[in-house]
Amino acid sequence: MAQIFAVKGKKDVKNKKTMWMVLAGLVVGSVSVALVLGGNPKNMGFCIACFVRDIAGSVGMHQAAAVQYIRPEIIGLALGALIMSVAGKEFRAQGGSSPMTRFVLGFFVMVGALMFLGCPLRMVLRIAGGDLNAVVGLAGFVGGILLGILCLNQGFSLRRTYAQSPLEGGMISAVNLALLVLVVAAPPVVLFSAEGPGSMRAPVWMALAAGLIVGALAQKTRLCMVGGLRDAVLFRDFYLLYGFIAIIAAAAVGNLVTGNFSLGFAGQPVAHTDGLWNFLGMTLVGFASVLLGGCPLRQLILAGSGNSDSAVSVLGMFVGAACCHNFKLASSADGPTPNGKIAVILGLAVVAAVAALNIQKQKSKR
Amino acid sequence: MADKVTIDARGRSCPEPVIMTKRALDQNGNRAVVLVDNQVAVDNISRFADSRGLKVLVKERDGDFELTVG
Repeated sequence: MAQIFAVKGKKDVKNKKTMWMVLAGLVVGSVSVALVLGGNPKNMGFCIACFVRDIAGSVGMHQAAAVQYIRPEIIGLALGALIMSVAGKEFRAQGGSSPMTRFVLGFFVMVGALMFLGCPLRMVLRIAGGDLNAVVGLAGFVGGILLGILCLNQGFSLRRTYAQSPLEGGMISAVNLALLVLVVAAPPVVLFSAEGPGSMRAPVWMALAAGLIVGALAQKTRLCMVGGLRDAVLFRDFYLLYGFIAIIAAAAVGNLVTGNFSLGFAGQPVAHTDGLWNFLGMTLVGFASVLLGGCPLRQLILAGSGNSDSAVSVLGMFVGAACCHNFKLASSADGPTPNGKIAVILGLAVVAAVAALNIQKQKSKR
Repeated sequence: MADKVTIDARGRSCPEPVIMTKRALDQNGNRAVVLVDNQVAVDNISRFADSRGLKVLVKERDGDFELTVG
């Protein structure tokens, strides 16, 4: 028998959720600053793209010696989402919504992110550190999101997901536990950077705890960098955007207090000043992320919550990261590479084709 | 009064259920019944309906949710 359990639309429920979202944003911003104090590179308390890339390097998928480490933050984020989703009875093993297409989109999210040098979360943290290159990136990101919205309004869909076995939904968490064993045991087969960004890291326990806290909060609040701007434009719904803004506020205050705030374009940590390619890199990230339904952070959280499509997106990012370094697509502090520029243009074309070919006819029944 | 249109948004990932709801509401005088299969979609559609000043009645059925909007 059907059970009626709620009549929605109550203002106090809405305010409470908004409060949680602002709180989550403030915690993410503060924890990010704390991770930098703990040893992470500046403006890189969290960066899903950079950290997935570091993990790819650590298991030998690429040989860029400066960016190899099994980042416990990533493990914590996904496991935090797993724990919170199980506790909140929201763990749902599901998948089957165009997984291979999602893999390719994830791949090009990484190509764009490593052109810019950061995922949308790190973009926000870079803005909070005074890095004006990230403001240029944000402009490109908004442009990419608008492209994605255009496709959504035309009926873009990667088709529906289907229920999967709990084992399938939990498989990514088993992989994360294996990575946790590897980072703690540090056998000689895994590569850890001796210098460069990969060597700059907060203690394992701190990084893991930070990931768990932020992962749990992000699962509960649905925090998403792409969703914030997307929903604001599409539905005039600012709920997710509050989290985005709260992260900037908390991280900016934290950076000012700890002396890590430096306003300008030149000499920013793990960043370059090529405006055009910062813009286009994040356009690619924004566009592909809207088609995926969320930013890299959100993909990781959904993966932990049982969504194997999102797990495949993360794998796409993982392989994308390896290719970015193997094929010299990733930028450095010196700027973008010629190969990287070609890859971003190619990525924009591929994502546009994926979008166009997945526009479905509308149907509804009476 | 016209019948409410039923939209099946089960299995659709965020934000498709809201877009489908928005389209149905726009075409059918702010009334629709939407089927979804996850709490995120329930929350998102409820928030969207709320922004339009519409009431939402949520019924749970075998793990799916039926939202009556308007």
